[in-house]
Amino acid sequence: MLVLLGIGVVVLGFVLRANPLLVVMAAALTTGLAAAWTPEADVQTLANAGIATIAAFGKAFNDSRYVSVVWVVLAAIGLLERAGLQERARIAIAKVRAATVGRLLWVYFIIRQAAAALGLTSLGGHAQMVRPLVAPMAEGAAETKFGVLPDRERYLIRSHAAAADNIGLFFGEDIFIAIASILLIKGFLEQNGIMVEPLQLSIWAIPTAIAALLIHSLRLWLLDRHLKRVLATGKVAQS
Amino acid sequence: MITLAHAYIVGGLFFGSVALLSLLDRANARRFINFAFWGLLATSFLAGQYLGDLGNGVLVLGLVALAAIGLGQGKPPTTGAEERRASAEQRGNLLFLPALIIPAVALAGTLIAKETDWGPLFIDPAQATLVSLVLGVLIALGVMLIWLRPPLLAPMQEGRRLLDSVGWAAILPQMLASLGAVFLAAGVGEQVGALFSQYIPLDTRTMAVAAYCIGMALFTIIMGNAFAAFPVMTAAVGLPFVVHALGGDPARVCAIGMLAGFCGTLMTPMAANFNVVPANLLELPDRKAALNGVIRAQIPTAIPLLLANIILMRFLAFPS
Repeated sequence: MLVLLGIGVVVLGFVLRANPLLVVMAAALTTGLAAAWTPEADVQTLANAGIATIAAFGKAFNDSRYVSVVWVVLAAIGLLERAGLQERARIAIAKVRAATVGRLLWVYFIIRQAAAALGLTSLGGHAQMVRPLVAPMAEGAAETKFGVLPDRERYLIRSHAAAADNIGLFFGEDIFIAIASILLIKGFLEQNGIMVEPLQLSIWAIPTAIAALLIHSLRLWLLDRHLKRVLATGKVAQS
Repeated sequence: MITLAHAYIVGGLFFGSVALLSLLDRANARRFINFAFWGLLATSFLAGQYLGDLGNGVLVLGLVALAAIGLGQGKPPTTGAEERRASAEQRGNLLFLPALIIPAVALAGTLIAKETDWGPLFIDPAQATLVSLVLGVLIALGVMLIWLRPPLLAPMQEGRRLLDSVGWAAILPQMLASLGAVFLAAGVGEQVGALFSQYIPLDTRTMAVAAYCIGMALFTIIMGNAFAAFPVMTAAVGLPFVVHALGGDPARVCAIGMLAGFCGTLMTPMAANFNVVPANLLELPDRKAALNGVIRAQIPTAIPLLLANIILMRFLAFPS
């Protein structure tokens, strides 16, 4: 039962916001020491267990280097950003003409999910795209239709702009084979003696991606209906 | 034949250049720490196979210590906002094309290595996707160097700019994968399994799948990070029950399990980057609340999607 302390260390460390690398190392050492611990164990035994754990961790780290090799992608993405990749994406998004908030966010959601599925996770994001572009465009679409927005609806629209970005990213990125989560799965399974190819994993992210697309499309349709119900009367009163 | 070993050399050279360029960057007050961190990682990639297990373990301890001290942010030379806008106007949507070379080569290389007779002469079929991916990056870089004519050091400097913004988190997935090995050696999965089966009946596929998916989401909500929840829940429920005892296909179980964790990410203020940062950026009045506007906008998608993941895993992950 003692080896479960390692799991406790992971949970506690992340909850307390300690440096996650430190948490992982501490959890590994705790697990290794707990596995070796008996009421009779002396310091020497435990020291040996600690060293053996560090060696086992080092071997596993060396065996799973491919998890981190994907960062070489950053050299290519960075070069494109230097040439205005994000600016180009902004120009493309700004050209979107959609009559309602829901439809505008839906187009952005689709673009975000599709781009993430192709590995372009940097095309989007809250600071780069949502705050400067998507949220103001969505608010603008509502204002054109309904006039001045009450605060409640304004913040609701902004929240939905951020949500579209997150959901599009999360349920698109795993379709790309070289994303950290896919390689973490590959690495974890390999440490457990199961060999899988990244492509096998990313293919099985597609059904969930489709489910996310369907569910969130429905949500955005409902958002439009909600805004219409709440705001349409207000416009009549103003005019 | 190109193998993973060659990909590691490319990775090592990349991290090594980032380390050296960091050392020369006087704008970064912590440049020595950045140099040491990326230098150690480069050493692991270039020479890990010669260091021995304990040597690699000590190397990891070094990485962890440096990360705990804290890395700095460099200021690599890059283009300004005006220059970028002009380039974006001038080059148009063609700019998206080089980025698509990478997944296209990765996919084509994988298929060629696995499905043709002559493919294995060029690409190691056992690690086809990763090898092809690194190949795709090199081809994309070549195309861009010819087309965009940036300074020759630009790929490294721009890579360093982005890598600095990721920081030590770049090796977190690799660390978590390694933690899985320690869990396995100590028998964590079996222990949790024994504990679970005392209280929860995990003997049917539906129950085991539901427990794994909901567990992934809950642990992610608590920890704020699906990557951290993954080795814990998969060692505890995913592998021992869903895969080994009940015959689930490991690739499908884990792929969908991770996405069940992402449903948790949508619902937690612990995932600050995704849920708190945008609330601040968008100046939401309830940005300090546990369930701010962004999280409330996400929950009605996250819960049905978690349910969808349970159903998908139940019906897709058991091929026989």
